[in-house]
Amino acid sequence: MSTLVVQRTVTITSPNGLHARPAELIARTAMRYESEIELLQEGVRVDAKSILHVLTLGAAQDSELVLEARGPDAEHAIEALADLVARDFEPDESLSQDRSG
Amino acid sequence: MKFVDFVARDAIRTSIEVEEKEQVIRHMASALLEAGKIAEDECESIIEAILKREELGSTGIGRGVAVPHTKHPSVNELVGAVAVSDAGVDFDSLDGEKVHLLFMLVSPPDRPGDHLRALENISRQLRDDTFCSFLKQSKNADDVWQLLEEADNNQFVS
Repeated sequence: MSTLVVQRTVTITSPNGLHARPAELIARTAMRYESEIELLQEGVRVDAKSILHVLTLGAAQDSELVLEARGPDAEHAIEALADLVARDFEPDESLSQDRSG
Repeated sequence: MKFVDFVARDAIRTSIEVEEKEQVIRHMASALLEAGKIAEDECESIIEAILKREELGSTGIGRGVAVPHTKHPSVNELVGAVAVSDAGVDFDSLDGEKVHLLFMLVSPPDRPGDHLRALENISRQLRDDTFCSFLKQSKNADDVWQLLEEADNNQFVS
């Protein structure tokens, strides 16, 4: 069985950039998936499941990032992460069991 | 942004005795106060803002490192304190590990870029195992400062 690789380019829109809270949300979301997930920015590649690694990008507002997942649930992982970025890291009301209040 | 650009040399504390999250944050804020980096009448407000930020999600970023922080209108520039805990602090980090290295950041609300660059620098440097373990073993502020300077001079990053 060949490994599925899914990529998508996203843009960070928050004026604060990819700071600690968004980095945590990315890592937390990525950890729900079995796939290997990486973020790529200008040739730099980091593990999306590590807050520390995500922060090393120092991605400011308007930065373009490529999300790349490799594994059985790659499509779902990319969908969830792209959605998180598109929502500007605001909580998704439809997945409210995570952290209410 | 380099460590020496935002870490206050007089706000470095090693072998801290406190092991509880709020106490550590209070201890580090006191260090910033003693270093003259924050105002006495703003200290409590800064502590409360940092604690409130922690409620949103832990700033434990993994590898035994935490970056408790807040924006605060009382500071004119980004100021930082460093603490080293031998026993480790329970910080609810995502990776479940206790925290041994803490970088506290207080930044002016209108300078998100500086804050982001400080986080970038901290995380990039601490990705290096040698630097990370040397810092954790530091026994006094001078040792920490020297390591930060060496990191600034790219002696750890390959």
